Amino acid sequence: MAKAMLIDTYKCMACRGCQVACKAWNDLPAETTVNRGTYENPPALSEKTWTRVEFREVEAGGEVAWLFRKHQCMHCTQASCVSVCPTGAAMHHGEFVLIDQAQCIGCGYCVQACPFDAVHLGEPKGTARKCTFCLDRVTDGYEPACAKACPPGAIQFGDRGELIATGKGRVGELRANGHPNARLYGETELGGLHQLYVLTDKAAAFGLPEAPRVATRNVLGQWLSGFVTAGVLAALPFWLVIKRRQEMASSRGGE
Amino acid sequence: MTNHWCDIQNSDCIIIVGSNAAENHPISFKWVTKAIDENGATLISIDPRFTRSSSKAHIFAHMRSGTDIAFFGGMIKWVLDDMEAHPENYNMTYVTEYTNAAFLIDPEFRTAAELDGKFSGFVPGDNPHFGKYDKSTWKWQTDANGIPLKDKTLQDPNCVFQLLKQQYARYDADTVCNTTGTDKEIFLKICETYAQTGAVGKSGTIMYAMGTTQHTHGTQNIRAYAILQLLLGNIGVAGGGINALRGESNVQGSTDHCLLFHILPGYLQPPLATDTTLQDHLDRVTAGFATSDPKSASWWLNYPKYYVSLLKSWYGDNATSENDFGYEWLPKLNPGTNYSHIALFEAMAAGTIKGLFCWGQNPAVGGPNSFAERQALHNLDWLVTVDLWETETCGFWQEPGLNPADIQTEVFSLPAAASYEKEGSIVNSGRWSQWRWKAVDPPGEAKPDLDIIVELMLKVIELYQAEGGPVADAVTELRWKGWYDSPAGKYGASDLTDLVSREINGFAEVDILNEDGSTQYRKGELMATFGHLLDDGSTSSANWLYTQSYNEKDGNRQKWRDNTDDHPAGIGLYSKWSWCWPVNRRIIYNRASVDLDGHPWDAEDFVIRWMGPETKWEGDVPDGGWPPMNMEGTRYPFIMKPQGFARIFGPDLAEGPFPEHYEPLESPIDNPLSGVQNNPAITVWRPDEIGDRNKYPIVCTTYRVTEHWQAGQMTRNLPWLVELMPQAFVEMSEELAAEKHISTGELVIIKSVRGKVQAVAIVTKRFKPFQLNGKTVHQIGLPWHWGFMGLSTGDSANTLSPHVGDANTMIPEYKAFLVDIEKA
Repeated sequence: MAKAMLIDTYKCMACRGCQVACKAWNDLPAETTVNRGTYENPPALSEKTWTRVEFREVEAGGEVAWLFRKHQCMHCTQASCVSVCPTGAAMHHGEFVLIDQAQCIGCGYCVQACPFDAVHLGEPKGTARKCTFCLDRVTDGYEPACAKACPPGAIQFGDRGELIATGKGRVGELRANGHPNARLYGETELGGLHQLYVLTDKAAAFGLPEAPRVATRNVLGQWLSGFVTAGVLAALPFWLVIKRRQEMASSRGGE
Repeated sequence: MTNHWCDIQNSDCIIIVGSNAAENHPISFKWVTKAIDENGATLISIDPRFTRSSSKAHIFAHMRSGTDIAFFGGMIKWVLDDMEAHPENYNMTYVTEYTNAAFLIDPEFRTAAELDGKFSGFVPGDNPHFGKYDKSTWKWQTDANGIPLKDKTLQDPNCVFQLLKQQYARYDADTVCNTTGTDKEIFLKICETYAQTGAVGKSGTIMYAMGTTQHTHGTQNIRAYAILQLLLGNIGVAGGGINALRGESNVQGSTDHCLLFHILPGYLQPPLATDTTLQDHLDRVTAGFATSDPKSASWWLNYPKYYVSLLKSWYGDNATSENDFGYEWLPKLNPGTNYSHIALFEAMAAGTIKGLFCWGQNPAVGGPNSFAERQALHNLDWLVTVDLWETETCGFWQEPGLNPADIQTEVFSLPAAASYEKEGSIVNSGRWSQWRWKAVDPPGEAKPDLDIIVELMLKVIELYQAEGGPVADAVTELRWKGWYDSPAGKYGASDLTDLVSREINGFAEVDILNEDGSTQYRKGELMATFGHLLDDGSTSSANWLYTQSYNEKDGNRQKWRDNTDDHPAGIGLYSKWSWCWPVNRRIIYNRASVDLDGHPWDAEDFVIRWMGPETKWEGDVPDGGWPPMNMEGTRYPFIMKPQGFARIFGPDLAEGPFPEHYEPLESPIDNPLSGVQNNPAITVWRPDEIGDRNKYPIVCTTYRVTEHWQAGQMTRNLPWLVELMPQAFVEMSEELAAEKHISTGELVIIKSVRGKVQAVAIVTKRFKPFQLNGKTVHQIGLPWHWGFMGLSTGDSANTLSPHVGDANTMIPEYKAFLVDIEKA
């Protein structure tokens, strides 16, 4: 039975307990931030921030709404990062998408390919990093850290089929109660996501692509042929990354 | 809270006002969400700005800071009018039988409607706008036996119900909205929606916090909520109540155990200098609870038992009937003298207080007019701070711009253990006293507060023993030496924390016999209930409300952790999870949740119900086991009130028996409801520091965010939280920002008559300008968490707030004052 999380944007109150729980469980460092005129911080997902709540103020017909969406890797069935990864580091482990840190060469193709901007390169090893679905908790029968921390129960963890049924029920209730555009997101997108959203409005209102498309090896091939025509200049950074990675590995005494 | 966090799930309609529960009490939203999801509840948010709580609400209303009484007075008027037209939609039995709506009031009494904003009896002080009330007309008429006269038809022009109508006749929707700045349609929608909870079997709850209390009329704000709740029959029922969301995890406990100056543990009263003997004090206090009505329990008549038991707890064997149980040793309040936070800092500023213990508190950031309070610290000879980190109070002499060499105060810093580094009880908003076990040892030399205070006091006692002093006995006769320094084995205790917890419950101080001569208690046994406490010195209890929390039969009930819902209606009272004062009653005033025959108003979600003379009451612990109102031997439900009725007419407060709208001390407009601008019963400490509305035209309020905690020392030092909320900020409307040419993310300066601060602007759709009788009034708001020390530093918003307090409690008016803003 595939597992998933269902994030109910109607229930989320943006306390951001999930952000802190994620950093605490995964031992991720704090970023140095400034207030940019919004509650939202850090400014984007990064190799140090695997989940964050996005805040959107909207006004329609004189009524203000404040939309909150927890953003993270969506653990797609048709995962662009897996498709484009040249080394096989980005891979499916069951229903989850992981990046094998030992295999990753830090090329950044997955960063470019991800339709949700959920993968980032950086410290400590220059590799691609992102939400792991707390595999080290889930395999031991615990819910992911973010779901555990969520006070109003806006993040539910469970069997994907059951969560889809729950989500559809929630959407029905929301449509009947003043949210005509409410929808379930992730049931079919990219072959099915393992982070599902109950959205109170259209996907675009939450900054989600209405119809995300998968980046394929074919796309990668076309892209690479571009590199070939560009010659050495294009290959150089790729080589530099590998070189830097080898140097980092050797400086740590062959760890 | 009259009810509990968990009980919010039973509500049909929830008002969040003066509170941003989603931000500041996030866990409460587990229950709010459940009420919406499973009970179809409507959530109403009323706030000066659209908050994270508002984002979850079905109805949101903008309300200018400081206008709760106008708003709720308008709701009261709407309900009274609707009640007249559609009495069948309301629980009129509740109103006439359980509240004092039917009481006939002294014909000489005048409402604020008749006297243009003041009630009868006002006696002006030196400044004619402020003074005190002669309350001699604020009383009900009584029969020859002293029992209140009533008109249960509610038609008599002198009955409370009619006076209430007269008082709020001025609070029509237009006047209200021109005062509060609320959209009229939304106001009316809220009235109509919430009034539906007045139907028999429906319930509505009001969740409030510091946004309600921190005003010069804060107590009356809550009274306005209470009157509405009583008219709608929402007190004592599941999903109802007046629910104060406490701002810290143990504020309820600190109030119960007398952190504040005007109470002793268990809400007993401190002695006045004019109460010469114990009997004087007990007579004065109990006279106020006298009743000749056999149906009134007037529970406070037990006051002498609780008072003597408290003295026995403090002075042990040294408290005897011969020495008035040590009453003489107690410090006394001078009548009329104010000992509140504001008054203490004024005394420091004046140089009359020379030493300060600052315990888990950071007034250099959190105090009102905090610049003035930091200045007052300069006058101290010594300062002791007890905290987890070096706070801005501890390090006040390091404030940028100061020369430490100019400051002579000697500062001592005692490191304290955090909550998970010590064992003990903690009392949440819902009155649950829960045991908390130690998880880790405190770092370095840090110690639990209890250890620190015991060590300190033992030294003080030794000094008094060695050197004497003017009131040495008050200290040397305490049951401390030979008690707290060797707690193991004392009346069965295992260690210091255990001894104190047992002491709070109370002991038999001698063998106590039953009437038949058998032993009821042996000396040193724990008391089973406050019903057994005595006024002859044979029992002790450090807090009568907590008697039962730790008893011989059950052990320490605060340690109970059985989370099965054993209530027969399944309303989620969890009576075996921790222990709740009083006597594990989870919803207080619950005898008002049933009709005169003991049948619950809400048969499905009942709190208690009468099962007949054999089985008696079922459900929660009833407010007294007496039978229902229609049976012999009954008592009225509101047992803490001398007459037994909930008070719509409340004559005990300083500024009137009904709440009347007054403007905050600093306000952008003249009071639209009367010719009286400010609460006439307040004390104005700094008359030269009242901001001029022409110079400071913008209303400002302060608040907290989820990511930081109070004065910030516990969160501004944690990188993950600083990442989320890195800088002090100020929120303002797009309209105001355009007027001032301010863009979001820019630094701005906010100034009041008391000082100025810098913060990052958040320009938002969530603030809107108010239209007040055609005048545009802007409001801004900023969190008050920041100070000059720690990982994340910033200006303290309380530099702006005034040194003025509520007329009854002296809680500062942090929530409404005047400022101006400009680009930095």
